[in-house]
Amino acid sequence: MAKPSFLIPTGFGTNCDDETELALKNSGINAKKGHINDIIEGYINLNDFQGLFFPGGFSYGDDTGSGNALANKIRNNYWDELLKFVEADKLVMGVCNGFQVMVNLGLLKGVSGKLGEQQVALDFNDPVEDNPNARYFDRWVDLKFYNNSPWTKGIDVTQFPIAHGEGKFFANAKVLQEIEDNNLVGARYVEGVICKDQNLQADPNGSLNNIACITNPTGRLIGLMPHPERALWFTQLPNWTLLKEEYKRKGEPVPKYGPGKKIFDNAREYFE
Amino acid sequence: MAQRIEIKAKLSDSRAKVRKKKLQSLGFADKINDVQLVDVYTVDSVLDASQLEKVASMLVNPVTQDYKVAQPLTPEKFDWAIEVGFLPGVTDNVANTTKEGIEDLFKTKLNPAEGAYTSQVTFLSGDLTKSDVEEIAGNLANKVIERVYIKSYDDFLKGGMDVVVPKVKIDQLPKADIVDILNVDDSELKRIGKMGVFDHDRELNVNEYLQLRKLYQNDELKLGDLLKKDDKYFQKVRRGPLALDLTYMKTIQDYFKEQNRNPSDIELESIAQTWSEHCKHTIFADPIDEFEDGLFNTFIKGATDTIRRKKGDKDFCVSVFKDNSGGIVFDERYLIGDKVETHNAPSALDPYGGSITGIVGVDRDAMGFGLGAKPFNHRFGYCFADPRPKQKIIDPSGTFADPKRRDARIIDRVWPTQKGKDPAQIIPDVFFKDEALTQKMLSPRQIMDGVIDGVNFGGNCSGIPTPQGFMFFDKRYKGKPLVYVGVQSLIPRESAGRPSHEKQAQPGDYIVMAGGRVGEDGVHGATFSSEAMDSGSPVTAVQIGDPITQKKLSDAIVKEARDLGLYTSITDNGAGGLSCSVAEMAKECGGCHVELDKVPLKYPGLTPWKTWISESQERMTLSVPKEKWNQFSDLMKRRGVEATVIGEFNDSNKCIVEYAKTTIMDIDMNFLHDGLPARPITTTYTPAVYDEPDIPLLEDLTNSLHSMLSRPNMASFEFISQQYDHEVQGGSVIKPLQGKGRVNGNATVTKPVLDSEKAVVSSQGINPSYSDIDTYHMAACAIDTAIRNAVSVGANLDHLALLDNFCWCSSDEPERLGQLKRAVQACYDYATAYGTPFISGKDSMFNDFKGYDENGTPIKISVPPTLLVSSVGVMQDAKKAVSLDAKFADDLVYILGETNDELGASEYLAMKGEELRNEKYIGNAVPKVDPKKNNKVYRALSKAVDEEFVASAQSVERGGLAVALAKTSMGGKLGMDIYLENIPGSSSRDDFSVFSESQGRLVVTINPDYKEEFENIMKGNAFAQIGVVRADNKFIVHGEEGKEIINTNADNLLNSYKTTFEDF
Repeated sequence: MAKPSFLIPTGFGTNCDDETELALKNSGINAKKGHINDIIEGYINLNDFQGLFFPGGFSYGDDTGSGNALANKIRNNYWDELLKFVEADKLVMGVCNGFQVMVNLGLLKGVSGKLGEQQVALDFNDPVEDNPNARYFDRWVDLKFYNNSPWTKGIDVTQFPIAHGEGKFFANAKVLQEIEDNNLVGARYVEGVICKDQNLQADPNGSLNNIACITNPTGRLIGLMPHPERALWFTQLPNWTLLKEEYKRKGEPVPKYGPGKKIFDNAREYFE
Repeated sequence: MAQRIEIKAKLSDSRAKVRKKKLQSLGFADKINDVQLVDVYTVDSVLDASQLEKVASMLVNPVTQDYKVAQPLTPEKFDWAIEVGFLPGVTDNVANTTKEGIEDLFKTKLNPAEGAYTSQVTFLSGDLTKSDVEEIAGNLANKVIERVYIKSYDDFLKGGMDVVVPKVKIDQLPKADIVDILNVDDSELKRIGKMGVFDHDRELNVNEYLQLRKLYQNDELKLGDLLKKDDKYFQKVRRGPLALDLTYMKTIQDYFKEQNRNPSDIELESIAQTWSEHCKHTIFADPIDEFEDGLFNTFIKGATDTIRRKKGDKDFCVSVFKDNSGGIVFDERYLIGDKVETHNAPSALDPYGGSITGIVGVDRDAMGFGLGAKPFNHRFGYCFADPRPKQKIIDPSGTFADPKRRDARIIDRVWPTQKGKDPAQIIPDVFFKDEALTQKMLSPRQIMDGVIDGVNFGGNCSGIPTPQGFMFFDKRYKGKPLVYVGVQSLIPRESAGRPSHEKQAQPGDYIVMAGGRVGEDGVHGATFSSEAMDSGSPVTAVQIGDPITQKKLSDAIVKEARDLGLYTSITDNGAGGLSCSVAEMAKECGGCHVELDKVPLKYPGLTPWKTWISESQERMTLSVPKEKWNQFSDLMKRRGVEATVIGEFNDSNKCIVEYAKTTIMDIDMNFLHDGLPARPITTTYTPAVYDEPDIPLLEDLTNSLHSMLSRPNMASFEFISQQYDHEVQGGSVIKPLQGKGRVNGNATVTKPVLDSEKAVVSSQGINPSYSDIDTYHMAACAIDTAIRNAVSVGANLDHLALLDNFCWCSSDEPERLGQLKRAVQACYDYATAYGTPFISGKDSMFNDFKGYDENGTPIKISVPPTLLVSSVGVMQDAKKAVSLDAKFADDLVYILGETNDELGASEYLAMKGEELRNEKYIGNAVPKVDPKKNNKVYRALSKAVDEEFVASAQSVERGGLAVALAKTSMGGKLGMDIYLENIPGSSSRDDFSVFSESQGRLVVTINPDYKEEFENIMKGNAFAQIGVVRADNKFIVHGEEGKEIINTNADNLLNSYKTTFEDF
């Protein structure tokens, strides 16, 4: 089967595009970065792609709320095309700022109401023990995935890094219930090896129900605050120098990849 | 008509929680019950009510926020409202995004008279008086860039906050003026050079006139600007410093005499920018004592030339000292650029804006490296006064030392020395910029918070990781903090078939300005930073960076236009703005012709000289061949980047500027660039001698170690590492926080090319306290520390380069210049000894604050002579990088290098002095570097790392061996048993052994299986196994006679290490 092609929309402050492109390519996907303006103006045709990956970054500097200005730009100029794409048998992922854009566009939400209606938010981080002044926060987290999306197939508990100032998952009680009842939580922050080793709390930002990731009902659309593309290689792990000594002393080979690779492998496998 | 759109969180507002905590910490803990925030967008436009409603829906998050249009969104209960917005003309990034959003929403352009402005209202509930609220407002807003309005609950009820439109209005006619310099005397020439071109007369009443006469009685220059004409009194108002001394002014006078005309204001301002210390680095360039080629050529570039010659075909330098960054080889395909800048003076006035501008500004040195490089790593370094309240603020050297000795004469002296006053070196709690005591300087905490925040915003928003950095504290940084910001960048060796590190504008190329627009911001930045800071410091020296505008520009240039070959040269608009960037590039082809009215402005009415020298941010100047212009212009349009042709490069040997069809500047290129006369420098040097402190030896040093770890210079700055994204771009290998204990390392490793095995090592070395004894050894130690730190994580001396950043003080005084000369000589001696070339450097020579204490007494606070040395190296295999944390129980602990009684100006003496007499001790035995021995140790360690025998490595830095061991232990959360009996070196007592700051030392742990191999590699060096890693977390050190001198555990150590800044 031919390699699937994925588009990474860029511009206006996205900044994880290069490593995202590499992560997709590394798993055998034809990844292409395309400037939002080139997509809107038709230089790039969305229909040429099987997947869409909204990368992390600081679109419009988070001005007027993270992801908001870029979501408005897409809504004002490219909404019908995007809607058609997400309703077809395609994969869409948003990471960090990409997740914030998808949430603002109403692509990830509860089950009632129509696609495009914003129902959940990624709000300013709450003050938590490890980040008492609720600043932008870069750390690794432990995550429990729920195997409800082709993107996360076979992933259970794992570790990725986060880096954000606005990642507190929020929805009103009714929407939150819908999300829980319909098994739309893709992953939660949990206590695992990172928390235990580094003496950190599971919750980095005050997210409701510790939600780090949600999907749409088909699982094809997914958004997550943690960055799988920053957990692609073994040497990106915060404790790789310790693990390396451990492997060496046990006489085991030192791995090349980190846990994030599985996400990108899954994306390719979906189209096999 | 202007209308307010107000937005507020529906339920819980985490920003309000944080704001409340911060305000309570200012001493209002009991008085503030509640804080609520409302964001305000003031839209000044012709939009009707239904359109404004649409704008509001665009701005609001429907899930978390409520909004109201044209009516106040009032909290149910509050006592005071404080609204803070920007002053006219200050960059308002959110407002710019809002404007762009409005235009996109309605598919229309707002006309130039329309606009959007943001502000924020803080609603306070509590038992607060008006003066409490004013104090709070003073903390919320920085009056240099922001406006504040306060209303009580009752006032507010009468109609909410006022609608304010902070639009820039310029009354001046935009034209160039002629400045008479041919027919004036030397004192007027001096005045023009020091205080600027005459602008207009300000009328005074007789009392003001008499007051000013009294105030200026000892200042002939200022006195001369007070006039009496026809019974009326005036003061000449001038445009701000040109920083041209009489020698320079005379040279300019002679030039225009030959031209038979007076200069225009833009010509004079342009020369001042080009000749400024900031741009020409005259102190490093001019002849000094016996060295006719000056300090830079003789010692800095001299070192690099010597090293490169010696390296021959192993030379890895590609571009040194000639471009915006220094460049070295990464591999067959790529080069690495590196540049470190400072942004000190602006950060003292507006710490947040100053440091954003610093970090975003240095990124343009990456964009302007060669044909444009992609930034992949940031670093930072902050020198602050201790931000914690109630610190001792008396300088030891003033009260206790013999006043004849050098420390008493030149450290923090009262300025000018007041007769009959004790020369005690007191730095007041509060001080002011001006005689009238109206411009209070910011507190160390405000400066520190603002600076850290600014780099957070600038670095994170730009998508560039900021892993590497340090903080250093000394009260002499209270007047001017030092803010170092650096960027490493990646560029393919070839781009569009050309070597990418070379560039040359061609005659006939268009001069193109791309990126942001020009406003009044940053006028006189270059000449300002070339002067000491006093009440004349222009407030417009402060700019606020806009990382997103720059990110769009950077992506369009380095990811697209460069590799399409659409331009021939590029440089950034930093100090001096267009006047410097265009004139610099014009050197490449031999001349330029600029049409200044084509420069896009932020607001109409800007005078030509300001347009020419403005330091408005986010702009690059490019030379675009005419036949490429359409393609270039089209690409920039599609990327949302404004690019404008503002003239043409040529080979006329002239720099000509036209405005409204009239030539307003016409200067020979030769005069502009090389016309400045050399000013030979004579220096003096007096060695410093201090009393040797007599420190009782404690049998138990456990508490000493804990106190040491909690000192600001040693303590964890995890809160910075965690708020600076250090993983974006995916290249992070050795992170700023290491091990289970999350301990700050002193070097980081980053992969700029993710699918390559190779990685870049970066580290820093700084020891300003050693300058109190001898700047030569201060510099030597900074170099050794930077190299040692790099080697500790896996760098190799054969592929390691250095950058120098001198931040000096009072560089018009022979004694300070003598100290400088010694430091620069050390740079040559040690760089050549290690074979590590300097590839880039920068200096900032007047880090002095001149102002007044609460009683109006003049004070001068000078920073200690400070040299930051940064290293950049390439390691062949990232998987061999080493972290600092102990890995497993029973691993062997080694010390490499000799430990001697070198505690002069050490952290231990400072601590003991503060304990025993309330002021630090200095002593005399400053650490000295033996490059021969160290070179061997470092090379042996590199070999051991390469063969993967080393489980952890930690360079011994400030605080000595005990601190290094503690970091290794805390990092791994594993204890240690340490025995000092065999420790190499001549250390005479236990406390000296554990706290000496002898250079050239590292602590490493290894798997016991590799004992023999490791010791074989180290053979011939001073090294010893001094202990083992324990299975539990107990940290025990035995002294030279076998007795236990430290007994604690890793958790307690971590506690001391992390408490200091836990509330920051």
